[in-house]
Amino acid sequence: MNTKRIGAAATLALAGSLSLAACGSASNGGSTTSSSSTGASDTASSSCGTAPIKSSGSTAQQNAMDQAIAAYTAKCASAKVTYNGVGSGQGITDFIGKQTAFAGSDSALSPDKGEPAKAQAACGSPAWDLPMVVGPIAVAYNVKGVSKLTLTPDLIAKIFSGKITKWDDPAIAARNSGVSLPATPISVFFRSDSSGTTDNFTKYMNTVDPTDWPTKHNKSWDGKVGQGKPKSAGVGQAVQATDGGITYAEWSYAIVNKLNMAELDSGAGPVALTPETAGKAIAAATQTGTGNDLSLKLDYKTKAAGVYPIVLATYEIVCSKYADPTVAANVKAFLTYMASSEFQGTLASVGSAPLPPAFQTKVQAAIQAIS
Amino acid sequence: MSSTGASIIDELPGPDGRRPLSGDQAGTGRLGDRIFKAAASGAGGIVVVLVVLVGAFLLITAIPALRGNTANFFTSRDFTTSPLHFGIVQLLWTTVMSSIIALVIAVPFAIAIALFLTQYAPRWLARPGAAVIDLLAAVPSIVYGLWGAYVVAPKFVPVQDAIQTVFGWVPFLKGVPSVSGGTTILFVGLILSIMILPIITAISREVFAQTPMTHKEGAIALGATKWEMIRTAVLPFGKPGVISASMLGLGRALGETIAVMLILSTIPNGAPWTWSFFNGGSTFASLIASNAPEAISDMRQMGAYIAAGLVLFVLTFVVNVIARVIIERRKAFTE
Repeated sequence: MNTKRIGAAATLALAGSLSLAACGSASNGGSTTSSSSTGASDTASSSCGTAPIKSSGSTAQQNAMDQAIAAYTAKCASAKVTYNGVGSGQGITDFIGKQTAFAGSDSALSPDKGEPAKAQAACGSPAWDLPMVVGPIAVAYNVKGVSKLTLTPDLIAKIFSGKITKWDDPAIAARNSGVSLPATPISVFFRSDSSGTTDNFTKYMNTVDPTDWPTKHNKSWDGKVGQGKPKSAGVGQAVQATDGGITYAEWSYAIVNKLNMAELDSGAGPVALTPETAGKAIAAATQTGTGNDLSLKLDYKTKAAGVYPIVLATYEIVCSKYADPTVAANVKAFLTYMASSEFQGTLASVGSAPLPPAFQTKVQAAIQAIS
Repeated sequence: MSSTGASIIDELPGPDGRRPLSGDQAGTGRLGDRIFKAAASGAGGIVVVLVVLVGAFLLITAIPALRGNTANFFTSRDFTTSPLHFGIVQLLWTTVMSSIIALVIAVPFAIAIALFLTQYAPRWLARPGAAVIDLLAAVPSIVYGLWGAYVVAPKFVPVQDAIQTVFGWVPFLKGVPSVSGGTTILFVGLILSIMILPIITAISREVFAQTPMTHKEGAIALGATKWEMIRTAVLPFGKPGVISASMLGLGRALGETIAVMLILSTIPNGAPWTWSFFNGGSTFASLIASNAPEAISDMRQMGAYIAAGLVLFVLTFVVNVIARVIIERRKAFTE
């Protein structure tokens, strides 16, 4: 009897591991297909690297990076690039420790932590932050019978701070005439792990509505309500499984989990999340770095029409002058490909938005200046 | 005259009123002898040095964070590292409770399985049965985590709802509406119990199997039924073994990381306190696992997690000491 129970448990566990493997292979298949198609239509002008280069950092750009590496190495058989998604903090540590040629990060080097100085010491030259991949953050929800929802910045802050607790709250209804909202309680889900997504999302709420979200941005959730789930996949799955659930997640995970995404009305009408509307947020940002250091300050409060402002600009952090010219040439070759319109155009398939064309030119100019 | 290599056998039958003969520990002085001695004592010494160094490193890394801590480390329920404002109450509660729940569920099961395999099962069933239990130990914890979080937890919701309806008046079993989907301390305890079952079962089985035949035959000769024989001979003999097995299981439950991280809903810092097992939370290990990778570039933040890790280390140590004490006490009454 007991043996049978255990046997059943073991079988179920096995089934679990198999389904996990299935997930893994499915996503691999996806990236292979897209990379081969870009490889086939290759008419690139950029040159190829010859020596292997190593990089590590943000997991937010892992998918985009995998895609870029697959397409780049399909084009350039001689080149080899590895990217290890270890998190932004560890990526910068690796870069400063001279373990990697460049780092991927969710945020530019922070002067508060003395990172630019440390990076400069490691490089022997100033380090530059180059925005490369735009990761839009979706406000994803699951409410039975509601497939279109418009939220304003202060509604978002009120929902995530627990001031609005029911979906049929008059404040939400006022913005969604014609949508019949149920009386389901709102279940807020947040990331239980420290993450750049949480950091950017709380920064957004604190900027647009400091009265409802008074705490500063933080990689860990500072809210008073909700429940935490590990990683983007965890919150995505939790919302999918919970009627009345809402979360913030990287766009790709909202797509994968087939979640509805709220449209955002910052003052000029509802804006849906698309590659174009997210790209416009980068165009509207101000550059805080000097010269070729392209670190950005996003304008969350923008009232311009057609801009979806909740985006995460992820950077590649490079040395402006590498001690080893071979490394410089290889980094340049890879990043030139990554910033090209040929590659940026494929980013939407992995849930990232391309840089706006004008900005691509700027990034290309900075990459050419690396020596 | 050197007595190197002296053997007690040389003096059989045994000497009266004299301490047993022992060698004078002098080596033969040959090279191999000396190398082996150096290697063995070196290995022993290095372990001690390593433990001391690890402990010292952890303490040194934790101290700056503890100094900069704006909350009381032992009484605060918040855990924020920027700014440093952290305490261990919530973590300690979640860790200890989920482990105790796991133990309460797993130990009776494990004892029953071990008794079945050693006392009741026919030989052809006992061996494969034991192998199946051991197989459970070979399942990686991430599999338990994914299986628990995505397969079992949704199915556990009605069970939890039923418990809440019937026993909701008990403070420990009061419903917590803010945690949904069955991802509670109680449920984590249940999954942990499956994870620690094989350890406890395997050791208990070994111990029960070694019950002296004379004890068992004696009980039966005195007219005991099979159950009475087990109660009077097998269980008392196996008690210290079962206790140490349980403590090993408890150690694993306390330190389990990835499964807890995947299953348990965390709760925000300001959430109201509740004694309920239907609340969410983080254990020491799951908190460190989910946050440390992003904190690694900042040693002060890292120190907060290391301080939490130190508490877990001390907790595990205390559990082991208690287990040792219990075993030493019980030993006196067996055989």
